[in-house]
Amino acid sequence: MSEEKVDIARARTRLESLEGREYWRSLEELLETEDFREHLHREFRVPIDSGVNRRELLTLMGASIALAGLTGCTRQPTERIFPYVKAPEELVPGVPLFYATAHVHGGYARGILAKSYMGRPIKIEGNELHPASLGGTDVFAQGFLLNLYDPDRSQTLRERGEIRPWSALLAAVRLAVEKERPSRGAGLRLLTGTVTSPTLEKQIGGVLAAFPEAKWVAWEPAGRNNVFEGARLAFGEAVEPRYAFDQADVILSLESDFLATGPAMPRAVRDFASRRRGQNPNRLYVVEATPSLTGARADHRRPMRPSEIEAFAAAVAVAVGAIASAAPTDPFVEAVASDLKSHRGAGLVVAGESQPPAVHALAHAINEALGNAGKTVTYSEPVAGGPSDQTAALAELVRDMEAGRVSTLVILDGNPVFNAPADFGFAKAMERVGLRIHLGLYDDETSRVCHWHIPAAHSLEAWSDARAFDGTVTILQPLIAPLFGGKSAHEVLAAFSEQPEKSGHDIVKDAWSGKLPGADPEYAWRRALHDGLVEGTAFPPKPVRVRPDLGSEIRIPKSETGLTLLFRPDPAIWDGTYANNGWLQELAKPLTKLTWDNAALVAPATAQKLGLTTGDVVELAVGGRKVPAPVWVMPGQAQDCVTVHLGYGRTRGGRVANGKGFDAFRLRASAALWAAPGLELAKTERRATLATTQHHYAMEGRDPVRAVTAEEYRKDPGVVARLGQAPPGPEDTLYPKLPTGSYAWGLSIDLAGCVGCNACVIACQAENNIPVVGKEEVARGRALQWIRVDRYYKGDLDNPETVHQPVTCMHCENAPCEVVCPVNATVHSAEGLNQMVYNRCVGTRYCSNNCPYKVRRFNFFLYTDFTTEILKLVRNPDVTVRSRGVMEKCSYCVQRINRARYAAEKENRPIKDGEIVTACQQACPAEAITFGNVSDPESRVSKAKAEPRNYGLLTELGTRPRTTYLASLSNPNPTLPGAPAAPVLEKTNG
Amino acid sequence: MADGTPAPAAEKPATPHGAILRPGYSFTTLTDKLASIALSRRTPTVWFVGAAVGFAGTMMLLSTITYLVFKGVGIFGVNVPVGWGFDILNFVWWIGIGHAGTLISAILLLLRQPWRNSINRFAEAMTIFAVSCAGLYPLLHTGRPWLDYWLVPYPNTMGMWPNFRSPLIWDVFAVSTYATVSLLFWYVGMIPDLATLRDRAKKLWAKILYGALAMGWRGSARHWQRYETATLLLAGLATPLVVSVHTVVSFDFAAGIIPGWHATIFPPYFVAGAIYAGFAMVLTLAIPLRKIYGLEDFITMKHLDNMAKILLATSLIVAYGYGVEAFMAYYSGNVYERYMMWNRMNGPYHYMYWALIFCNVIAPQALWFRKFRRNIPALFGMAMIVNVGMWLERYVIIVVSLSRDFLPSSWGMYHGTRFDWSMFLGTIGLFIALLFLFIRVLPMISIFEMRAILPEAKVREEEA
Amino acid sequence: MSGPLYGLMAEFEDPTALVEATRRAREEGFTKLDAYSPYPIEALTEALDIHDRKLPAVVLGGGVLGGIAGYALCYWCSVIQYPLNVGGKPFHSVPAFIVPTFETTILFAAFAAVLGMLGLNGLPMPYHPVFNSPRFALASRDRFFLCIEAKDPKFDHDETWAFLTKLSPRVVMDVEE
Repeated sequence: MSEEKVDIARARTRLESLEGREYWRSLEELLETEDFREHLHREFRVPIDSGVNRRELLTLMGASIALAGLTGCTRQPTERIFPYVKAPEELVPGVPLFYATAHVHGGYARGILAKSYMGRPIKIEGNELHPASLGGTDVFAQGFLLNLYDPDRSQTLRERGEIRPWSALLAAVRLAVEKERPSRGAGLRLLTGTVTSPTLEKQIGGVLAAFPEAKWVAWEPAGRNNVFEGARLAFGEAVEPRYAFDQADVILSLESDFLATGPAMPRAVRDFASRRRGQNPNRLYVVEATPSLTGARADHRRPMRPSEIEAFAAAVAVAVGAIASAAPTDPFVEAVASDLKSHRGAGLVVAGESQPPAVHALAHAINEALGNAGKTVTYSEPVAGGPSDQTAALAELVRDMEAGRVSTLVILDGNPVFNAPADFGFAKAMERVGLRIHLGLYDDETSRVCHWHIPAAHSLEAWSDARAFDGTVTILQPLIAPLFGGKSAHEVLAAFSEQPEKSGHDIVKDAWSGKLPGADPEYAWRRALHDGLVEGTAFPPKPVRVRPDLGSEIRIPKSETGLTLLFRPDPAIWDGTYANNGWLQELAKPLTKLTWDNAALVAPATAQKLGLTTGDVVELAVGGRKVPAPVWVMPGQAQDCVTVHLGYGRTRGGRVANGKGFDAFRLRASAALWAAPGLELAKTERRATLATTQHHYAMEGRDPVRAVTAEEYRKDPGVVARLGQAPPGPEDTLYPKLPTGSYAWGLSIDLAGCVGCNACVIACQAENNIPVVGKEEVARGRALQWIRVDRYYKGDLDNPETVHQPVTCMHCENAPCEVVCPVNATVHSAEGLNQMVYNRCVGTRYCSNNCPYKVRRFNFFLYTDFTTEILKLVRNPDVTVRSRGVMEKCSYCVQRINRARYAAEKENRPIKDGEIVTACQQACPAEAITFGNVSDPESRVSKAKAEPRNYGLLTELGTRPRTTYLASLSNPNPTLPGAPAAPVLEKTNG
Repeated sequence: MADGTPAPAAEKPATPHGAILRPGYSFTTLTDKLASIALSRRTPTVWFVGAAVGFAGTMMLLSTITYLVFKGVGIFGVNVPVGWGFDILNFVWWIGIGHAGTLISAILLLLRQPWRNSINRFAEAMTIFAVSCAGLYPLLHTGRPWLDYWLVPYPNTMGMWPNFRSPLIWDVFAVSTYATVSLLFWYVGMIPDLATLRDRAKKLWAKILYGALAMGWRGSARHWQRYETATLLLAGLATPLVVSVHTVVSFDFAAGIIPGWHATIFPPYFVAGAIYAGFAMVLTLAIPLRKIYGLEDFITMKHLDNMAKILLATSLIVAYGYGVEAFMAYYSGNVYERYMMWNRMNGPYHYMYWALIFCNVIAPQALWFRKFRRNIPALFGMAMIVNVGMWLERYVIIVVSLSRDFLPSSWGMYHGTRFDWSMFLGTIGLFIALLFLFIRVLPMISIFEMRAILPEAKVREEEA
Repeated sequence: MSGPLYGLMAEFEDPTALVEATRRAREEGFTKLDAYSPYPIEALTEALDIHDRKLPAVVLGGGVLGGIAGYALCYWCSVIQYPLNVGGKPFHSVPAFIVPTFETTILFAAFAAVLGMLGLNGLPMPYHPVFNSPRFALASRDRFFLCIEAKDPKFDHDETWAFLTKLSPRVVMDVEE
């Protein structure tokens, strides 16, 4: 019960001082310790030392019990509510408002529109005007909304665990500032993540001006160091490459996962996908060590170990004449090189963040040699401010701290104790710092070792600004007042300036005063806020030349031996930033379909060699640091490469994050941030349960996913239809036509566009109030998301073709689920919706059994959290919150259909095509999902379904699904053998 | 004469082969012996043991149900894709068991099989108890059991009605009708015996209880005439009913589209399976009962032998069903059907399938041998094997089919949780409890029908 | 002898005697008589020549009623009162409606059979004079009784008594109302 030590000696003296027969229940009571009083307070709702006599006490208790009883029976809110006296302008209850702002991921802004109901942001959508979004979003943008309402967020400003007011911090900072002044800030350090915020840079600049000796360190665990170092190696200066994937006919990715990570997401997906369906599809070559979404979309993919990739890059560079040097070559190199050469100016070589500078340099060299530079790739000033070599800067900071040269360390929204390279011993070094201030969303690993912890304002709560991949500035506007009185980095830095009390709004607005385009500053400001970007802030292209002597700089590494450990940011929780986000934790990772955990990905061959199977716990040891991790056998993984994802194994991340997975950062040394050779792997006796949403990976000779080459399709469009059994024709039915409405809703999913990024899954979860069920339930096959993205492998185990397919309710016209429902809880609407009537459902689960697509989800327990008040804020008021024991499933976002219907009926017109955008469609960065009225031949969805690529899932069963697919198109190089026609994989995992 | 006096011990001849009643009984001794089981003051210790087991099981059932309603159906192993597990499995299993009772009392009555007279009463009781156990499952497998009454067509403020196209609604009609008719049949059949107990009872409460139940039956010739007509008509109605019930139960699956469910062979094959399972259960009960209550005179080798033969016959029908399933899967050339069969034989649940084939197809072949049929322990063992086999059959049909249907991406596994098991064992407990209660207070062998097969019951015509 | 007389009752040892006695009694011209046995005896029915064909008619009626009711329920709910598009099936789904119809037919018929039988037999009947004779308890065990009611026009206590005694019963006794 008690933290504070129970002093026996004091107890004795106290006992002696008691007269007569006084009873004591515990030493705590005897000593009247602090928390024993608290305990009593909790017991009886009266201050125990307020001299109430027994009778009063009893009456009060009686009252409180009565009240408890009352509140027990009804869910009456105890707060007072007030009506608007003067309703705010443009706020109509029940009508959502959209605000343009941005989601800052890894420092880079991605434009979003935040949907707000009565002042509550409840949904994130893409901002069509924003260059990084063009209307699409990604899982992080969709998911970070939940962090806003996270009950585990840090809620109080603390000094050494004691709650303090903001003024106390200001005073402390003032004191520190005065202490630093004489030494001109020699002991002052600012530690941030990657910063692209002009305002923040300006503020930091101000601090550095006032304290010339002070230093600014930026550390992004999954940062772009190599990109800039590579540029410096190639051009002699750090520049930001910007790719135009829509312009490239041939793309070679040197382990660049540009379709999933990278600052240009989701724009990159949009550009890439736009070239997969068209007449002249692009061709993608990928060489990578660990399977990625980009690799999954490749026409030709080769798993390679890091050293091999480097050698390969060099070989290609030599083959295209980018560098003069001798390099081993092979048919694949030849093919890629000649393909690139035959597409001068329309080719593109992209190197991934995980690749060493040399590879980036080679990529730049190839692009320049082939005249791609300036066409498919342009260069600009780095978008991010601060030191370009973050690792070096952080290393220096650590050295300074160890040497005791740092007296004040201000950490603005970062968690270095958790994510700094393990060899730095950051936490230990920090202890030498006199004053440690931490600003963060969570009271995390870092704040534990800081004197001051300031709860950060969520980016939907605070004013700020940030640049996109091309430099375009978005001004972030808050949609809601800080729920827990959080502060923004701007406000904290202001404390170091002359106006410590300045509000975030004023800081940002002043920073932009006069800088905004247009005559009228107020108009310009509003315009910028409205559009979600500031016109003309994109960086101009910068002409750069590759150093002629680059070739001599490149050392082809000798191929490494033994095991190599690869580090990657997690596809769901990134570097741990989103670790406490239930939506993202439960999101099935695109390739492993694993939830709630990270694992050590091992190639099948390697697993065989080491006698490992999925679920075995192994001990990974690198440079004397050991971490136990469960094995996941990963088809397509490069041999002898073990991939671990960062961000798991949190200890102070929050209730959701803590204890999930293992901490890969503990193995990550500054010298080998992405690939660590010399891994030792020791199998233990233990096994781990991994919760995956898909156990079976082979298509078993069925045709859920149909893929043809663009060539085949051009020659004979009928090929897609022939890939599966023929569906019954529209007239092949014994049933009479039932009355239909004026609309017939349908959905089309283009597998040629889909990259399997999962954005639709989270968008759907947010839109439709889908609860999180937890690892155990997922493991029992009870995941609740309405959309699942199926992933199938085809061909060779060591380098399989990987295909993705989003599957949701097909809204069959002859729905097998409806017929078997005993209580008519699922029936068909006149507009063709397969409706689920929650409050009529008794939960026999017969409908789910009889659904051939298994897209129905069941509330086996009370999954929805009815008790945590704050979580109620995130829910969509247009969608029923489901309780225990009912079936649920995709509704085609019927609430959006109805909203459009109201609008149309008000204006007495039919619903326009494209007026209804389902949540998944809106989120999809690839524009792969189209929704609309299939009874209107002119609608986009009808046109999509009219394509010969169109096919339905299991149509041979006569279900007549309203959701259909467009077959995936690939564009392999005719001179290369396609994927070997190996027998279909048997089940590999789960 | 004291209760339960057997025939004069002196000239007690052994039961000859093929006899359905040991000679030497008179109206008097027969009546007294059978009535005494219900009326006698002393209860065999075995009874207390059995009742205690049943009671314990019932308690386990009740606690499981309480937890289920409190926590949610998630305490069971069901998931997506396997939305039905032990719940519907045990429902079908119990319903199947029930069928033998009706068959014996109705069909064999129509076929004028006098050997049925000694076993029909407790076979009917078994039916009723099995159906009540079965009924629990559909009621409790739903996500919101307190709303189950929505399956019943009744006028309501929502203006909603059940979906008469759903096999589950057909179940509601079929099972409730079946339960009601069985109950009527059982009770009507007992009226004359209740009169006997009324007239033989010594204790007042017994006189009142049996008197009320006997409704003043006095064995008038006029009554007997209508009584016989009614019984025959009821038998005539119960026969199509019993066939319809398991047919409807099989529709739960046959009307679905899941490979392994969607098969036209299901109705006949389910009905045969039901009779098969039912007779196995009758043997399971009859063999110990005749020992405990010394009823070897009434439930003779002949009875056991006949039931064993029926067991063999139905096992062959069931085996044919399995054969047809496999053949159709192959012959359809349909990828899903073929995979379904392949998966049953080689998939993750293959041991279930092969165990089922052993229990229901291979093992019963021993019944071809008269020696085996007349070896009581062996017969009991066989009955047990069949009980298990039929349970496995439903497991394979329901769980294995669901676990791997059309889209490989949605395939999954199912495992019963400890609550699935406690519920299953609980219903077995309930069944035992009800059964022991029945044999203690009601005549478990139809006395008046036994009288009718006594030699002295014949009316000698030459005197007329 | 207290209370009015219901009739005279003769007790027999075995069914043959009873059947014989019954036949003789009817030949004697008695009409208001009834025989009691511990199990159904067809010969007895003939001897008393009972020809009651009501019950089958009642059962048929019940069955027909049940069938109509069952189908009407399905039809009215799914076609008239609340037609719904369920999986594209027609509102009037004949094959599906057959099953409930069949079950209700059986149910109604069964009730008709049981209630009809009890009704025609006048059961439940808490009191009946024959029970006044202490020996009648054996009618449900091993004895056979013939009872000639006092209501019978041919009834005369002493003559009937004499007549019954001629049938060599085990015992002849008075039965009071």
